Order: sequence, then structure tokens, then C-alpha cells
Amino acid sequence: MSLPSGFLERILFIIQRYGMSILRGAGSTLLIAVVSTAIGCVIGLLVGTVQTIPVDQKKWSVKRVLITAIKGILYAYVEVFRGTPMMVQAMFIYYGLLYAGLDISIWLAAIIIVSINTGAYMAETTRGGILSIDPGQAEGAKAIGMTHWQTMRSVILPQAMRNIMPQIGNNLIINIKDTCVLSVIGVVELFFASKSVAGTYYTYFETFAITMVVYLILTVTFSRILRAVERKMDGPDSYDLASTDTLAHTSGLYNYPGRGYTDEDAEGGDRK
Amino acid sequence: MNGEAVLEIRHLSKSFGKNEVLKDINFSVHTGDVTCIIGASGSGKSTLLRCINLLETPTSGEILHRGENILTRTEVSVAPYRAKVGMVFQNFNLFNNMTVLDNCMVGMLKVLKKERKAARETALYYLGKVGMAPYINAKPRQLSGGQKQRVAIARALAMEPEVLLFDEPTSALDPQMVGEVLTVMRALAKEGLTMLVVTHEMAFARDVSSHVVYMADGVICEEGPPQELFGNPKMQSTKDFLARFREQ
Ligand SMILES: Nc1ncnc2c1ncn2[C@@H]1O[C@H](COP(=O)(O)OP(=O)(O)O)[C@@H](O)[C@H]1O
Ligand SMILES: [Mg+2]
Repeated sequence: MSLPSGFLERILFIIQRYGMSILRGAGSTLLIAVVSTAIGCVIGLLVGTVQTIPVDQKKWSVKRVLITAIKGILYAYVEVFRGTPMMVQAMFIYYGLLYAGLDISIWLAAIIIVSINTGAYMAETTRGGILSIDPGQAEGAKAIGMTHWQTMRSVILPQAMRNIMPQIGNNLIINIKDTCVLSVIGVVELFFASKSVAGTYYTYFETFAITMVVYLILTVTFSRILRAVERKMDGPDSYDLASTDTLAHTSGLYNYPGRGYTDEDAEGGDRK
Repeated sequence: MNGEAVLEIRHLSKSFGKNEVLKDINFSVHTGDVTCIIGASGSGKSTLLRCINLLETPTSGEILHRGENILTRTEVSVAPYRAKVGMVFQNFNLFNNMTVLDNCMVGMLKVLKKERKAARETALYYLGKVGMAPYINAKPRQLSGGQKQRVAIARALAMEPEVLLFDEPTSALDPQMVGEVLTVMRALAKEGLTMLVVTHEMAFARDVSSHVVYMADGVICEEGPPQELFGNPKMQSTKDFLARFREQ
């Protein structure tokens, strides 16, 4: 079958013959982007959370030195990976690992690179998300005796996560697009696949028209999905008043203070 | 003075940098007391409450909780102390990601390690007490200021604290909502809850408290039973302060 001459005919021709390899490329792009965004978010969440651990500047302790050192390392990580192009990082890490005698698969390399890169961005985003939660809520938690970690887990992080959802979405979209730079280390993702297809018959314009549409479908679909997740996280706009019979009303006289625990508990002693 | 001393504050001072905000504060809170702290804005009332709850670290002095100085405690054992000294804030400080019920339950589950069922029952009991039981499924953003503050009171009560600190609990409320919160607080006082209340509500301080502390510029200027402090203040600055309130 030879190459037709009209634009639309050529598009159809490419889809018929090479549709599968473009789709496979799109699949690779999506796989790398989704997996790496997820891993990157976890990295970012951890790094950002560590960055906001309060340290008592007045008291000297091993813990304080340790936390300060870890924060320094994490700070360097964020700066290095935000401050250099991912394409360069890809070359540096992949060939660096080869040089070190570690012949990892190209897939693993791809996921590591994009994850680390996303992690660096998400670390800053997470840190900002945590700092954006009004400190009054943390004080409210402290005042009922919750520890820093309990407060983080139950109060601050759930709200920070909700607030940074748009940024997670942004990162996913950026990753869907930017995995194309991984073609420099030979990952056959959507861009690489398209280039191969285009080169065969010299149909660059037609092929990349298709590629544009495929990228757009991927990004629009995922931004829609993330919006839906955000709405789900927000919960319902209204609430139902609980009727009295659904409330298991307890009765009886309560004496302050100290109901519910004995003086021994108050002293931190053992229960008899 | 009712029962035994729950809290004794001795020579407490607090500075922010060079600014000495609390100077040699001494007083104690006894079981069943309702102590009101009054005084002009900026006189250090909030800082005092925050020191008592260790949200701020005092610069010097002692805070004795049932005779034990809590300031010598390690970081780890501060949380159990805080659980016994509740705090109600001016700006409610509810957890915005949780329903009313969860706001009241989380402390019992995480700090007191209560069973879910028991925690729920206790939460419902105290929410009922503040008249917020029907709103268990609401999120804080769906409530009015007065309702939020009543939930915040229930959240603090659910921990069944030995003392409850209130930092201007009605100052952030629209005038028509002040009443509903004060009503709840009056009821709690009647039941014998030990309370330490920073307030500008002079009628509340006069009618409800067993002891009034007047603060000015980081020191306790005058203290005594409400009849004396309001009826026959001894210090000129107390008279001036109260006179300014009467004019309003
Ligand atoms: N975190 C802080 N850093 C520095 N100064 C503070 C801080 N908190 C309070 N202050 C100062 O301490 C003084 C007393 O404040 P505060 O205790 O809030 O007074 P009040 O509650 O009686 O209005 C004020 O002059 C205030 O500016
Ligand atoms: Mg204040």
C-alpha cells in the first residue's frame, strides 16, 4: 500500500498502519506519567512534611541536629532537581548508573527520573500547603493533647492535600507532556513512537497532528478526573440535621472534674 | 476558693525578645472555681492562658499542676497534661476537615485512646449539653460563629479536663450570638466545672465568677471576689478600667 496524497487520507492511512504503535507509545507515556506522579507525590509529601517539623532552636539535642541535617540534605535535593532540566537529569542519571555498573532497565530509569523530579516540585508544594493551614487549628489540636504527628496526620495533612490537589493535577499534566524528553535515553513513549512513524514515510505534519490530538486527549481526560476527585474530597455542600432518635442520648449526672479517669490516671500511674 | 488547688502559678514571667509581657504572675485555680481574668487589650491575658497550656514556653517561674511543676517535664509528657487542661479559643480553631462529631471525637480516640463507641457517646453527650447534637454531620464552614464556639466548647469538654481555659470566647462573635455561648458557659459554671475565663463580658465576670483577676501591663493589679473587685475596687487603675466599661 502506498502513501495517499490528501491530508485526511494520509491521517487515516497512518492510523490504520501505525495506530497501534502510537497507542502503545501513548500507553507508555501514561504509565510513566501516572506512576511517577504518584511516587513523586509520596516523595514530596514526605520531604515537605519533614521540612516543616518544628525544631526548638534554644534547646540542644541530638534530635535537633539530626533533623537540621536531614532538612539540609532535602533542601539540596529540591534545589538540584528543580534547578536542572529533566532531560539533562535523564542523561546524568541513566548514564551515571551505567557508569557505576548498574544496568537498570530503561523503564525503571524513566520512572526513577520523573518521580525524583516530581518529588522535588511536590516537596515545595506540600510545604506551602502545610504552611497555608491556619496555625490556629494546630493549636486547637495541641490544646487537646495531640502530638505534632497526630496533628499532622489527622488535621493538617488532609487539608494540605486537598489544597494542593490542583498542583498534583498540574504535575500529572506536565509529566504526561514532559515524558517526551525521556526519548533521549531511548524510552519509546508517545513522542518517540510518533517520530518513528513519521520518519518511515516522511509524514511529519500528519503524524504529529495525530500526536497532538492524542496528548490533548490524555491531558484533558486526566484534568477532568482530578477535578472529580477534588469535588469528592470536598464532600457534600449541605448536611442533614440528626434527629433525636438517631442520637444515642446518654443520661445521668456528670460531676466535674475528673470524670472518666481516676486520680491515678491523672498522675500518669497504672490502672489497677 | 472551693476545693484543692488544681493549678498554681508562681512567679511566672514571659518575654518575647526584649518585650516582657508577663511579670511575676502569681495565682492559683482551685477545683470548682470560676476565675475571670479581665484587663485591657495587650495586658497579657492571652499570653498567660497560652503559657498555662504550654502553647507558649514561660521564660521563668513555675506552673504547678496538682503540686507538680509541669515546666520541668519533657516534651513527651506535655501532651497528657494538655489533655487535662482544655482551651477554648477566640477564633474557635475547629478542625475544618472534620465533621462536628469528629471534631469532638478525635482527641478521645487519639489522645485518650478511647473505644470508638464510648468516644461517640461522650461526644454526643457534650454536644447535647451545648445544644449542638443535631449538627453532628455538619462541617465547621457550614456553621455560624456561635455554633462553632459551642462545638469548640463541646470538643474541649469531651476530653473531660480538670480545668477549662477560655480566651475571650465571645469576642469574635456577632452580638446576637454572644448570648448563646454565655448561656452554655453559665450552665457549665453552675455544674461546677473549673474554669479560667479571659473575658470582656463584665456582667458574666460579675455574676458567674468566684474570683476575678484584673491584669494591666503584664502584672496582676488586683484580684478578689467579684463583689469586692467590681463593688469596691482598691486600685486606681482598676477603677479607671471599670469606669471605661461602664461608659460603653
Ligand atoms: N508571639 C508574640 N510575639 C511577640 N509579642 C507578642 C506575641 N504574642 C503577644 N505578644 C505581645 O504581648 C502583649 C500581650 O499580648 P496578649 O497576651 O495577646 O494580650 P491580651 O490577650 O491581654 O490582649 C502584646 O503587647 C503583644 O503584642
Ligand atoms: Mg487576647
